[in-house]
Amino acid sequence: MTATTSPWQRVLHHRLFWPVVALVVLLAANTVNRPSFLSIRVQDGHLFGALINLLKNGAPLLLVALGMTLVIATRGIDLSVGAVVAISGAVALSFIASAPDPGSITTVLVAVGIALALSFVLGVWNGFLVSVLGIQPIIATLVLMTAGRGVAMLITGGQITTVNSAPFKAIGSGFWFGLPVAVILAAVVFTAVALLTRRTALGMLIESVGINPEASRLAGVKARNITWTVYAVSALFAGLAGLMISSNVMAADANNAGLFIELDAILAVVIGGTSLAGGKFSLSGTLVGVLVIQTLTLTVTMLGISPSVTPLFKAIVVIAVCLAQSPKMRDVVAARRRRAARTPAQTAEVTA
Amino acid sequence: MSTVKTPTPTSPREPGNEPSTAAGTSAGMARRFATRVRLDRRYLPVVGTFVVLALMLAVGGSRYENFLSGRVISNLFINNSFLIVLAVGMTFVILTGGIDLSVGAVVALSGITAASLLQSGWPAAVVIPLVVLIGTVLGLVVGIMVHVFDIQPFIATLAAMFLARGLCYVISLESIPITDETFVSIASWSQQLGPEWRVTTAVVVALVVVAVAFYLLHYTQFGRTVYAIGGGEQSAMLMGLPVARTKVLVYVVSGTCAGIGGLLFAMFSRSGYSLTGVGMELDAIAAVVIGGTLLTGGTGFVLGSVLGVLVLGLIQTIITFEGTLSSWWTKIVIGALLLLFVILQRVLVVRRR
Repeated sequence: MTATTSPWQRVLHHRLFWPVVALVVLLAANTVNRPSFLSIRVQDGHLFGALINLLKNGAPLLLVALGMTLVIATRGIDLSVGAVVAISGAVALSFIASAPDPGSITTVLVAVGIALALSFVLGVWNGFLVSVLGIQPIIATLVLMTAGRGVAMLITGGQITTVNSAPFKAIGSGFWFGLPVAVILAAVVFTAVALLTRRTALGMLIESVGINPEASRLAGVKARNITWTVYAVSALFAGLAGLMISSNVMAADANNAGLFIELDAILAVVIGGTSLAGGKFSLSGTLVGVLVIQTLTLTVTMLGISPSVTPLFKAIVVIAVCLAQSPKMRDVVAARRRRAARTPAQTAEVTA
Repeated sequence: MSTVKTPTPTSPREPGNEPSTAAGTSAGMARRFATRVRLDRRYLPVVGTFVVLALMLAVGGSRYENFLSGRVISNLFINNSFLIVLAVGMTFVILTGGIDLSVGAVVALSGITAASLLQSGWPAAVVIPLVVLIGTVLGLVVGIMVHVFDIQPFIATLAAMFLARGLCYVISLESIPITDETFVSIASWSQQLGPEWRVTTAVVVALVVVAVAFYLLHYTQFGRTVYAIGGGEQSAMLMGLPVARTKVLVYVVSGTCAGIGGLLFAMFSRSGYSLTGVGMELDAIAAVVIGGTLLTGGTGFVLGSVLGVLVLGLIQTIITFEGTLSSWWTKIVIGALLLLFVILQRVLVVRRR
């Protein structure tokens, strides 16, 4: 960005301009529909309100999308996160259900530990297929996506496991310092990832692997380890998201837990401006993308439209954002502006 | 088509190599077989699929009575006819190096549109071409998004998937039964071939689609351009091939196949339901990959994909025959088989270099 551009143009050409516009429009539509939408009240020392619920329900998606962002930055994709969500919930709840004392904190901590460790192992498996065997990411993770739900069913024995355990319930619907635990967990993970990738060289190394794995290897970057790590991390985050989702309903449904969450996560990443071609990622973009999707889902419900129709609106948003971001469309718009102003549109080239 | 080139006489360097000595693992057999008949490398994955299919038939035949009967094999085709059509369409897209995630949702959309139009009294003669056309139009939209606007196939077809699924819910949330006489009589037509074999309308349609696809891929300029794009888009363009048109057309082909698949599924289930075909695109992709088509594009055969569908169907059949295994083993076995084939392909690619 050159100094000659005006602040307004800088805002207009920012990568996140259109996604943020979409978010603001959605929030405004909700406020018009129900003026109390933006209000947040304090009750029993906890914050309550539609916005807090929005953040709470979006926490699992944010976790999955964060992992997905890192994977996509290395020019990969992780289709297995939905299956990992199901497996993680199934393992944790089966362990708690079979434990002698489901309400004790120790039981819950062990259950969480086992679930997260297993998710990590599944991620290591994905990473092994991609980085060591060199299988295409989409097909390598498709293996686990297909088999994973079968494994989750195997763990729960085809039943929907339900438990009653106060400490486990806290993960999905508890409050700390007046905020939902899920939101705090997601915020901590987001900050940690942001610090690790943007305050150290790690983010740049991930991007270099995404641009050209071979060249970065020759330049001394441990490309294989980085690729391996992002898949492990992605599955670990998915495992945590699985704990949140299963804790929210206190049930492990091997068939439906985290169904299509991989698609929502990919959508969020793409809306946030991270290209599927790899080599570039934006964590704040992913955050905005998650909020857009979550608000969209909420809006559809609040406007009294059947929630099943949500995919239609998601499709419209994705198509609109993708078209707005596509180079062809930018060229067309830039050319029209150039003709109108009869001056070389430098800004378009600068941002491109 | 024979998957093996005409067997040439034993190679001159090893005149004493007798065919009967080929014993051992299937992989070892395939390799020895390959060196002896100078099998084209391109056919190796398909031969692998064929070996797996034969092994499954042999194991099933030895374990269960009545397994190797015309009835079981006929049912294999009848129950999987829609998947065969989907896999054929998917093969075109994957050959160019793309992917189509929308087919499952398009199946549901075309099925539920057919059911709802028939319910409101439209004649079957209008409805049937119309719902196939829905698939074609959606495919065209995807093709334009992919080619003109340079959106990645994964995202463009994902959007189409959400679009089609959302439209399904707009049409109806409940399952709509199909009672139209013409449609039902078409759907329930079947022809006995001998005492055990049987074909239905769906099987005939599927086989016709396979034949047309085979002709298109191997005997037309369009087919050769599809392979050329998969091999290298830049080179195909430099060769003066109609890359733009072909890239849009493969999605049209896949969309049309999904429309036909939806129609066949509606015939199969005698109803339209907005939740049908969830995850069906993954079955189609799995079938194509198991059938030996490389996801990077450029290598693969329609008949391989058909074999892939049969392998998937046979897993289901064996698990049904076994009786004691729970249904989720199907998913686990499919995943394991997918892994096996992907690794096999990877080994082949590495050895070629």
